[in-house]
Parts: sequence; C-alpha cells; structure tokens
Amino acid sequence: MSLIVARDIYKDYQVGEVSLRALRALNFEIEPGSFLSFVGPSGSGKTTLLNLIGCLDIPTSGSLTIAGTDVLRLDRKGRAAFRGRHMGFIFQDFNLIPVLTVYENIEYPLLMVQNVPSGERSRRVMDLLESVGMMEQRDKYPDQISGGQKQRVAVARALVTEPELVLADEPTANLDSKTAYMIIELMKAMKEKSGTTFIFSTHDQKIVGAAEILYTLEDGTIVDRKEMEESDHV
Amino acid sequence: MYNLFKIAIRNLMRYRRRTLLTSSLIMIGVVFVLVFVAVTGSIKSLLIGQITDSMLGHLQVHKKGYVASIDNLPLTITLTPEAVQTIENVIKDISEVEAYSMRIKFGGLFSNYKETTNIRLNGVVPESEIKTIPLLPERIIAGKYDLKEGNILIPELLAKGMEVSVGDTIVVIATNKDGSVNGKQFTVAGILESVTGPGGRDGYINIEDAAEVLRMDQREISEVALRLGDFTMLHDVYLYLTDSLSGEKNEAGNPMFEVHTWESLSPFHNISQMIDIMTFFIKIMLIAMVLVSIMNVMIMAVYERMREIGTISAIGTMPGKILSMFILEGLSIGILGTIVGNATGCAIIYILNISHITFNFGRQTGLLLQPHVGAADLLTVSVIVIVVSVVASLQPALKASRMEPIYALHHV
Repeated sequence: MSLIVARDIYKDYQVGEVSLRALRALNFEIEPGSFLSFVGPSGSGKTTLLNLIGCLDIPTSGSLTIAGTDVLRLDRKGRAAFRGRHMGFIFQDFNLIPVLTVYENIEYPLLMVQNVPSGERSRRVMDLLESVGMMEQRDKYPDQISGGQKQRVAVARALVTEPELVLADEPTANLDSKTAYMIIELMKAMKEKSGTTFIFSTHDQKIVGAAEILYTLEDGTIVDRKEMEESDHV
Repeated sequence: MYNLFKIAIRNLMRYRRRTLLTSSLIMIGVVFVLVFVAVTGSIKSLLIGQITDSMLGHLQVHKKGYVASIDNLPLTITLTPEAVQTIENVIKDISEVEAYSMRIKFGGLFSNYKETTNIRLNGVVPESEIKTIPLLPERIIAGKYDLKEGNILIPELLAKGMEVSVGDTIVVIATNKDGSVNGKQFTVAGILESVTGPGGRDGYINIEDAAEVLRMDQREISEVALRLGDFTMLHDVYLYLTDSLSGEKNEAGNPMFEVHTWESLSPFHNISQMIDIMTFFIKIMLIAMVLVSIMNVMIMAVYERMREIGTISAIGTMPGKILSMFILEGLSIGILGTIVGNATGCAIIYILNISHITFNFGRQTGLLLQPHVGAADLLTVSVIVIVVSVVASLQPALKASRMEPIYALHHV
C-alpha cells in the first residue's frame, strides 16, 4: 500500500485580484521507505507541494491520502496531531528552538507533542545523538554549534518520533557542499536504519544524485519521474 | 506544565533587558498601590479612631426618629427605662460589644453670669463613657476628666469666648420636654478641644445632673453608644443588633428603635469613602499599567518569534500548548513583578513605620502615621496583577496559537 496517494492536485494562490496556479493536475504515489526528491527550478512548485504533503497547507482541489488518512478531511487541530504522529520536518534554516539545548531540541517532539515517558524519551534521544554524531554537543545551544551540526540536530529531531515520513525542503541550501553531502548521506543512512520515507526538495544538482526516485517539476506540473540507477548516486 | 514554564522562563531570559524593564514597571505599580493603600489606610483608621473613640462610639441606638431630628437634640424622642432595658438585654448577648454608654443629650444656655450663649450637653455615666470613647480624656486641654455631680467639661470654643477657665462656676439653663425651664450651677472641671476643628459646642456633665436639670421623673435616655472590641465586626454587629431590635414595636406597630453605625452619623464617612474611591482608581491605574506593558511585550514576542511558532506548530505542537506557552510568559513577568513589588512595598512601609512620621487632623496634632498592609491587601494586589497578566497575554497568545504554520514559517 502506498504511503502517499495524490490525485488531481491543484493549488491556486490569490494575489490581489489575480489567481496564480502553483500546482496543476498532480498525480503520484509514493511507496513507504522511499528516498525521494522533487527537483526543479525556483517557482516550479516544490515547496508548495511539500507543504501540501506535510499538511501545512491544503490543495485547492484534488485528493491527498497519507498513511491511509484522507488528510483533506482533517481540521486544523487534526492536521497538527497528524503531523505530530506521522511526520518529521527538516527546514532549510534548521529552525532549532534557540532557548533549548541540542538534547532538548531533539527531545521536544517527544515531550511536547507525543508525551513519551521519560525513560523512553531519554533512550531515543541518546540513540539519535549517537547516530547523528552530536553526543558531545548535546548540552550546547543552537547558537554554539555550526550550520552542519544544526542540520544534524534537525535530522535527529525529525526522526525522534519514529515518523513514517520526513519532509525536507531544501535541507542543504544553507550549507557548504561538503556539509551538504554529509547531511544527505546522514539522511540516507537514517532512512536505511529506520525505514522512514524521506522526501526532499532541492535545486542543487550535486545533491539530486543521492535520491532513489526523482520527480522533476516545472510550472507546477510533474514533467518527469525517474528511478535512479546505482551508478547515478553520488 | 513544568516544561512549558521552563521554555517560558528561558524565552524571558533571552530578552533579559525587556523582561527586566517590564517587570520593573509592574513592580513600581505594585509598590505604588501598596504604599498608597497602607498610608491612606493608616490615615483613615486614625481619623475614624479619632471620630469614634473620642466622640461617637462605633454604633448608636436611638428611639426611632431621633437621628432625623438630631440637630434639635429633641427631648421628646427618648428611650424609656423599659426600652433601655430591652436594649441592654440585647447588648449583653453580643460578645463583640466591649462597652456601652447611656447619654442624655440636650441643648441649653450657658451663662458665666455676665454673658449667655448656647451649648449642647451630654449627660453621661463617667465610667461607662470613658470605656466607650477612651480618647475623651485626651481631648482635655486644661483640667481633668472629673465628671462627678456638679462638674462640667466645656468645649474650648466656649471657654475662650466666654472667658471661662477651670475652677470657674457657670450656670446651665435648659427647657425640659414639658416646657419647664430649670437651671443648675456647675464648676468647670476641664476644657475640651474639638475633634474636628474649632466649631464644636459639645460639653459633658454627669447623667444625674442632666436628669436634674431636665426634671426627669424617670431616667430617659437620648442614645446608647456602643464600642466594639473588634472594629472589623462593625457591620456584623450592626446587622445583628438591627435584627434583634427590629421585633420591638411601639403602640402604633412601628419599629421602636433605630441603629446607626458611626458612618451614618458622621460626615467624615464621606471623606473615608473618597479615600476608598481614590484607592480603587489607583488599582485601576495598576491594572492599566500591567495590561499595557505585558500586552506590548507579548505582542512583540509573538511578532519576533513567528518562525519558531511555525516550527513548533509544523512538528505537531497543539494550539493549546502554544497558547499556554505564551500565557505562561506573561504570567511569569506578572509573578516576578508582583513578588519584587510586594517585597519592595513592604520594605518601604516598614521604613515609613520606623521613621515615625506624624500629621495633624483638625486640632489633633502629632498623630503618628502607622502604615500597615495586610495579607488581604497583598493578596488582592497580587491577584489583580496575575489575573491581568494572563488577560493581557491572552490576545497575543491566541494569535500565536491560531497562526497557520505555513504563514509563520515563511515570515521574515
């Protein structure tokens, strides 16, 4: 069974009296455990699509089923709860909470979203700190670590709730090439370890090669779907 | 809740200067209210004490209709011995009544053999009167509190105007309720200063002398003044007394007695009410101060942290928790301001107490200011600040909790 099923997705934005169509007639299915990327030039609709999949926004028309749930039937609170249960997010600007330490940032979704008991919380956070190589920095605050380290923490935070889906919008855009590769490799390794589906958007051609499935977007439409060969991978 | 509080406190520490400034503003408001309440409360209780303890007593019982005609000191609206007995029976059952005094009040002429003027006289039982209004002897500026039969205490105004001093003899002439005129010679035992200024014309004589001057066949009483052990029980005792005496009817079936607290007998009560109104408006100012400062700081906090709000909302934080997070921030500022304000306010009040500040009221000089703030005042001010802090945080917190994550995440 597909993790995500999108049918005839349209998304229009109203700018003053003008209606702009950001996405048109999107149809796709994404299998669980995929490592998938949406690529395309700026304005092609990558971020809009990720926002819809992430239940941060709703399409103008169409149907979207994620993990067997018709997410368009959910209200605002329902979508928040759904995100908390099924999804993790990695942001371009890391978006760590500045008043929380590295440990607390990773712990946050378990504590404030899922109410996981203390022992289990601690075990999961420590495992992820080890996995992303941030154990030594666990008591530091976001402003005391580098951009790459921040994104490692963000990856750990996205995975700590053991979601079925992690969405990353341009996760390497604010990182240098070397760090960007490391983050993508880390995401891939975590996908192998946990079986979580990773969907990320990028316009960085050097990163694209890491994806197993590549959707190319242009003017709000999927123009190509490509399953990458092993030889294409970075 | 602990974790929400922890995040709230850390966010406040993040903007330390702003938090400090806002808390300081609230603290100043709290200090101002506490010191104002304590000082005006001290002045008010001193003044009430002066009025009740040197003249009125805390409560008075009269025959129905007496107070409406009190300016004339009517001798036809008096309490008969049976009525007095009824009142005494009720009073003796009230443990809060510390003392009571029977008074015959009447107007008369005061003569020094050369000139004559009018005087208002209180015929009292000296021992009962001093227990009911214990500050009376302190009003004596010459002579002493000696109200044995044949003695009179006269107001300073008369003493000066009529050139009478302690030891002089004077004559009091009065008309009784039957229209019969009688006079009696008295020796001036003391001269009284007025409670509220130079206008007082009240003198004191022994109740036996009053009965003699008025040629009373039976002892009729104008009023019964009561003193309570605990002044805060005033209204409870008033209600009990009113209720207990309301069953007593005259031959026409109308109530026989009327009970009054000092408040309805003295115009000073209006001043006291004005002080209360001023205190109320000072509290309103405090509310406005807290409301504006916390709402301002929380609106700024929401505006500055939109992306954070978007992030926590995106990862699944429920709107209710986001709401709580911001309300707790406002609440924490309020609590900080309250604690520091209460402590500083109490310290200032303590300093005022040990400074022995005095003031004058009417002819009374050197009244010692003893500001006092009770637990109820501290609690009231604290509750006001804390409740207003929550109310002030509510609008920004609601805005944060209702914010669409996609909008918040892309806010620059």
